[in-house]
Amino acid sequence: MDDPRLWHRLRRRPVVWFSVICLLILFFAAFVLPFLLPTDFREPSESLLAAPSFIHPFGTDLNGRDVLYRVLTGTQISIVVGLAGALISLFIGTLYGMIAGYAGGRVDAAMMRLVDIFYSIPRLIFILVLINALNAWVKDFAISMGWEWLVLYSRIAILILSLGFIEWLTMARIVRGQVLALKGRTFVTAAVALGQSHRRILIQHLLPNLLGIILIYLTLTIPAVIIDESFLSFLGLGVEAPLASLGSLLSSGASAINPIKSSWWLLVFPAFVMIALLLSLNLLGDALRDATDTRTKK
Amino acid sequence: MIGFIIRRLGALALVLFCVVTATFFLIRISPGGPFDQERKLPPAIEKALLAKYKLDGPLWQQYTGYLADLVRGDLRLSTKYRNRTVNEILIQTLPVTLTLGAAAFCLATFFGVWIGTFAAIRQNTPADTGAMLFALLAISLPSFIIGPLLILVFSLTLHWLPVGGWGGFSYLILPALTLAAPYVAYIARLMRGSMLEVLTQDFVRTARAKGLRDSVVVYKHALRVAILPVVSFLGPLAANLLTGSIVVETIFNIPGAGGFFVNSILNRDGFLLGGVVIVYCAMLVLFNLLVDVAYTFLDRRISLNG
Repeated sequence: MDDPRLWHRLRRRPVVWFSVICLLILFFAAFVLPFLLPTDFREPSESLLAAPSFIHPFGTDLNGRDVLYRVLTGTQISIVVGLAGALISLFIGTLYGMIAGYAGGRVDAAMMRLVDIFYSIPRLIFILVLINALNAWVKDFAISMGWEWLVLYSRIAILILSLGFIEWLTMARIVRGQVLALKGRTFVTAAVALGQSHRRILIQHLLPNLLGIILIYLTLTIPAVIIDESFLSFLGLGVEAPLASLGSLLSSGASAINPIKSSWWLLVFPAFVMIALLLSLNLLGDALRDATDTRTKK
Repeated sequence: MIGFIIRRLGALALVLFCVVTATFFLIRISPGGPFDQERKLPPAIEKALLAKYKLDGPLWQQYTGYLADLVRGDLRLSTKYRNRTVNEILIQTLPVTLTLGAAAFCLATFFGVWIGTFAAIRQNTPADTGAMLFALLAISLPSFIIGPLLILVFSLTLHWLPVGGWGGFSYLILPALTLAAPYVAYIARLMRGSMLEVLTQDFVRTARAKGLRDSVVVYKHALRVAILPVVSFLGPLAANLLTGSIVVETIFNIPGAGGFFVNSILNRDGFLLGGVVIVYCAMLVLFNLLVDVAYTFLDRRISLNG
């Protein structure tokens, strides 16, 4: 993992450059560009469902809102949800996998059996139910406390939490496998012989050796969370209006194409941004995984 | 083998019990009832409704009553589509979902295995690179991007296929393609990797040394071993197709169980939701069991008793 040649191997791969540049452009577009655009982009214009033109490069939607601005802010929300959800799943998965792998024996077997059971349940089906239940609670709570901002962002917060809670399984398996492999190495045996506490061995000796593999799977978990979020938003159970993510934009785009009048720009532009985002994240993750050559199967 | 099957069926019962319990309490405890509308119902009517749907009395009694009904195979009445039982709704909608799922399943396995083998025997040629690039693209794209784009091209621009709905064979093509695309790609990658590995093994060299034709070596000898990772992916594949069909049914306006599933959540239709979740989970667990049993017939090295 601390292979100094890793960087050299990565640098020679055009795929890595391509995806890093793509990601940088997308990040700039999502987090900087919306603030640079003239403010009248944010306000609905008079022309409803206008085709792309010089004034509205991506056209306008049913309410006259500029699609470019909506796609940019949608990308922002999708990236934030993906990143935050992936970080939560990383935390849970790493902790779970480290404990299982380090404890070994029966504890390990029981913990991994639980992961197997979670794998066999159609998680997204269940998450739909969970989000719906949580949503009602959090909304009631926010209204009773009079927290306006929480009412607006409650769905996003719930989405991040619940997606983080379902995406940790693969991470747990991978971390556990790695810990099992590391446990037999001499530096761990030495630490045990020195009488160091379990916590210290886990955090100071094992965790640094796991960071590489954790980071690689982080890049692969982010697109997975983004897809899950869009899946929910597409069904109308994700991000709620007036906020929009790429998924909910795609959803309204998909309903805007019909034989009578098809407003293709509502579909094509969010789809294009989403494809670029997912493809470059997946390419980067795959390239990193191949370069470190860890033979881990999903 | 029989002991294994019995153990797995026991696990199925346990999984179903957990799923039913969790669904029931999530729906019942969260705020908002199934009959909440803009206008508040008069108390007497609401009480009568609750009694009709057996939602009165203490929560644990409702729960045990529901479990007892489930054991008898009665999934109860839908609270949204009044006077229709959940059994009725499922009998009408499940065949549609299963047809779509089966079509996508066949597409994904057939084309996945074929493309993977095709790429493997042409390793490092432009055909191989092209197939794997296509696979990477298809694997990264969720169905809610592929589906609407396919509609835009094949239905609205070229007018070859219907936009949506359910009818004859032509209505099945686009949804099944949309649903299968990512898994064609996934299986193709899996198949290519495993085929490349198998082609280097001794028994393949022996077959070649005997002077067998290339096609016989690949399709008769190597394929039988190389297909094993694909077989073990069939269980997760079925799960993904079932979840994926929820979105695909929404995109193409298909009257299957997936659409009812989404609506049952939005309408807080607890019994319909419970029914769909139970049937879906049961199908998945049974299918996984089937795959594991099939595996032993394909690979004699594995025994389910150990």
